[in-house]
Order: sequence, then structure tokens, then C-alpha cells
Amino acid sequence: MGMARTLIRNPSPLPGLGLSLGITIFWLSFIVLIPLSAVFIRSWGGGWDAFWAAAGTPRAIASYKLTFGAALGAAAVNALFGLLIAWVIVRYHFPGKRLFAALIDLPFALPTAVAGIALAALYADTGLIGAQLARLGLAVAYKPTGVVVALIFVGLPFVVRTVEPVLAEVSRETEEAALTLGASRWQTFARVIFPTIAPALATGFALAFARGAGEYGSVIFIAGNMPFESEIAPLLIVTQLEEYDFEGATAIAAVMLVVSFAILMVLNLLQHWQQRRSA
Amino acid sequence: MRRASHLREPAAIKALLTLVALAYVALMLLLPLGAVLSQAFADGWRGWLAAVTEPDARSAIRLTLLVAGISVPLNMIFGIAASWAISKYDFRGKSILITLIELPFSVSPVVSGLVFVLLFGAQGWFGGWLQQHDIEIIFALPGLVLATVFVTFPFVARQLIPLMTAQGRGDEEAALTLGASGWQTFWHVTLPNIRFGLLYGVLLCNARAMGEFGAVSVVSGHIRGETNTMPLHVEVLYNEYNFIAAFAVASLLALLAVVTLALKSALEWRYRAAIAARS
Repeated sequence: MGMARTLIRNPSPLPGLGLSLGITIFWLSFIVLIPLSAVFIRSWGGGWDAFWAAAGTPRAIASYKLTFGAALGAAAVNALFGLLIAWVIVRYHFPGKRLFAALIDLPFALPTAVAGIALAALYADTGLIGAQLARLGLAVAYKPTGVVVALIFVGLPFVVRTVEPVLAEVSRETEEAALTLGASRWQTFARVIFPTIAPALATGFALAFARGAGEYGSVIFIAGNMPFESEIAPLLIVTQLEEYDFEGATAIAAVMLVVSFAILMVLNLLQHWQQRRSA
Repeated sequence: MRRASHLREPAAIKALLTLVALAYVALMLLLPLGAVLSQAFADGWRGWLAAVTEPDARSAIRLTLLVAGISVPLNMIFGIAASWAISKYDFRGKSILITLIELPFSVSPVVSGLVFVLLFGAQGWFGGWLQQHDIEIIFALPGLVLATVFVTFPFVARQLIPLMTAQGRGDEEAALTLGASGWQTFWHVTLPNIRFGLLYGVLLCNARAMGEFGAVSVVSGHIRGETNTMPLHVEVLYNEYNFIAAFAVASLLALLAVVTLALKSALEWRYRAAIAARS
């Protein structure tokens, strides 16, 4: 009780703190914290050497390179087109804009397995897009490029949704001031608008990257899943689990979790940056 | 108010940007959605109907509804409790608590399933004990529910925390002063205040719960007719080259996504202020 009192800064007359905080902490521990800690405890059981022997196999390293490389590439494409889409939604008016804006969230709502088989069907060399690409001598499906295409699909809404509200807040007065001072439209964008939305753009990029790095369902149907070539890290975890290689699966999962936590820290820093910008 | 013409891009640039954005969204988002439907009905509606009504498909649909029917209410109760504790009281460590609640969003779905295998699988911490007592968690319904609860954990809470924080506790304090009990205050004051935000969070939570693939794939064991949810059933059919059936079941999930998007947009247009507190 004594400790509880010192933890609570400003006592509230509302009842239910004990119950609601109790449910929150119990459920959070049971569903999230204890299960996640199992990954670290299991993978650190044998010390660093045993951990790296499982997490640092050449096949695992090839899968990290593909996973994080494809996630970076897809996040970059999504940053570019996400900014364009957010700009068009915030600044322009055209018929069907509401429908267009609503459609952007489709990758959030469409189950990843559905997206996966749809993309595989489109980009296979008999598919609508794949056949055209094949004429140009390009293959996407069952190749590492297929992974990037799937990650572009799942990551598309993140940049749009983080940039949109910030772009809507950029004041017309600031832009007008820049123009009065003799800046061209492009200079206004590069020197005034872009720096204001940069933290949001970086946040969207990081969110898209994080989502892409962990993605599984939409990728496995369009990637060839060939070890060393087109096998993503989450798939390697599944494969090793199916082979009862728990040490290998857990060690790779620990690497993925460490990357997730690092991205979370970057996102927190970006949030501070954004708050400073808008303050 | 008319905007000064020098604040706008030339009409040609505007048209070009809009067209590029529209074409990109059509190619990246609409085309995959269309591909699902066209493949699903490639054999006419009879083929579609046969695929979605055969016994394994029916059992997958039932299981998906059951898993979502358990997981979504659990996360709804948690979400309300967590946002009540975080928004109505002042205590130390709040921002850490919020970060921990949002943690599952940064974890790969495959890792989200793996953690429960490490706890409750045959090789897991509690595996031996569970076997002795004849309790099945992994490769059974409880495992599917745990994995689904994990991946959908933050949805309701992250919708309600900012909303309830912005609403403050003035209404509740007034109700208590007028003699209402704690539960009466919750049912008659708090719940009506947050109903649209709650509905919005539940909607997104449900879409993800029904569509989850990676996490449930790890804990399911893929037992046909028993532990296959709809997305897993789609995968099995697809890997058996039964494309029409795979896309037919996928079209049901695509329909769920479209309905979710429509309801979500409707809520956003009509009740924007009641869903999310704008800072």
C-alpha cells in the first residue's frame, strides 16, 4: 500500500484503479511479456557461442540479408509513393477521392494469405502483370524481387497514414510567407513543407520497415522460398520448427525480436523529434 | 476562402501527380483485389459455391468465427481496463506501459506463434505437465486463441487510450458526486462516451483476428477439418494446386476486408471526433 501510494502522483476520486490496472498487468504479462521472455531465456541457455552457432548459420545470415534488405527497399518505395498519395489526398480534389482514401487501408484489412496468393497469381509468368514483365525479360514471382513486391503491398498504408495528418497541419501562412520572400513553389516544398513532414515520413518509413521485416503470409506464396536465395527469416523459423530444431528457430526469433526492439526505440526518438518540430 | 493562385501547383503538375497516385493504387491495391474475385469465380458461381460449402471449408469458417469470437471480447475487456487505468489515473511508468501494450505490433507473426510453442508445446516449459494432465494447447483451439489474442492485443487499447485521455475524468467525477456507483458511472457515462471509438477498435481487431495467418500457422498443426482456420485452409488448398477453391475461400476473406473498410470509413466520416481525439 505504501509503495502504491508513492507510485500514484495525483489521487483520483474514481474507483477501479486496482481492478483495471490489475487486469492490465496480469493480461499483459500472461499474453505478451512472459511468452516473449521465453524466446530470450531459451536462446541464451547455452551462452553466446551456442546462440550464434544457431542464429549465425550461413543459411540464417542469407535470410536476414534478404528479409531486411527487401524490407528496406519496400519501405523506400512506400516512402516515395506514400508521400505522393498523402499529398494528393490532402491537397487536391477529384471525383471519387473518398473511395480512393478509404482504399489505401486495404492492406491493413486484407488477410496476408489472401494478398499473398493474389500477388502470386498476378506476378507469375502466366499472370496479368507477370506475363507483361516476362516479355521484357523480367521475373518477379518466385524470385527475391517477389518479396519486395509483397512488402510494398503490406507496407503501403503506413507512410500515407503517418504523413497525411502532419501535411494537413502545414499552415498556408508559412507557405505564403516563403513565397512572399521570393521562393518558388518547388523551393517552398523543399525548404518549408518537407522539413515539417520529415519526422512523420521517417516514422512511416520505420513502421513500414518493421512490418515488412516480420511479414510472412503475403511473402511465402510469391517468394520461391529457396534457401540462400529467396527464403525470408520468418519462413526459416517455421521450417526449423517443422524439423523440430527448436534451438535454431528460437535463436533466429531472438535476432528478429532484437531488431523489433531497436526499431521501437528509433520510433520513440522520432516521436520526440516530431513533437519538437510541431511545438 | 479562395487560395492565392501562386500557392497552387500548375494544373498540369496537379493532374500528373493525381494520375500517378491513382494509377499506382489501381495497380498495387485494386488489381490484387480484383484478381481474388476473378480467380474465385473462374469456374462460375457453382464452382465457388461448392468450394465454400464443402465440409473442410465449413469447418474452417466455423473455427475462424469461434477463434475471433473468443479473442476479440478478451481484447475488448483488456482494452477497456487498460485505457481506464491509463487515462483516469496518474501514475509512474505510464509511457512504458503503453509501449509494452503496443509491443505485439512490432513482433513478427511467426514469432508471436513461436512463443506459445516454447511455453506450451511438447518441448516447451509446461509441455510435460500439460501432457500428464491431458491438456492440449498447441495444435488445438487454445493455442489458436492465444496466438490470435497476442497479435490483436493492442487494437482496442490503442484506440481508447488517446480518446479517454482527451475526454478526461470530469464526467465520471460529476456522476460520482451525484451519487452513482462506480459501475453505474462506467455503464452510463464512460461507455456511451467511448462507444464509437470502441466499435472502431473492435472492428479492426476482428478483421485481424479473422485474417491472421503467420501466428496461427505456427500453433495450428494444420489438421484438416480440425485446426485449420480460413486463411490456413486457403494455404492448404493453394499448395494442393486447387486454385479455384483456394481463391473462393479467399474471396470470403476479401469480402470481410471490404466490409471492414466500408464500416471503418463510415465511422470515420460520421463520428471522426468521437473515434479519435485529435491533438
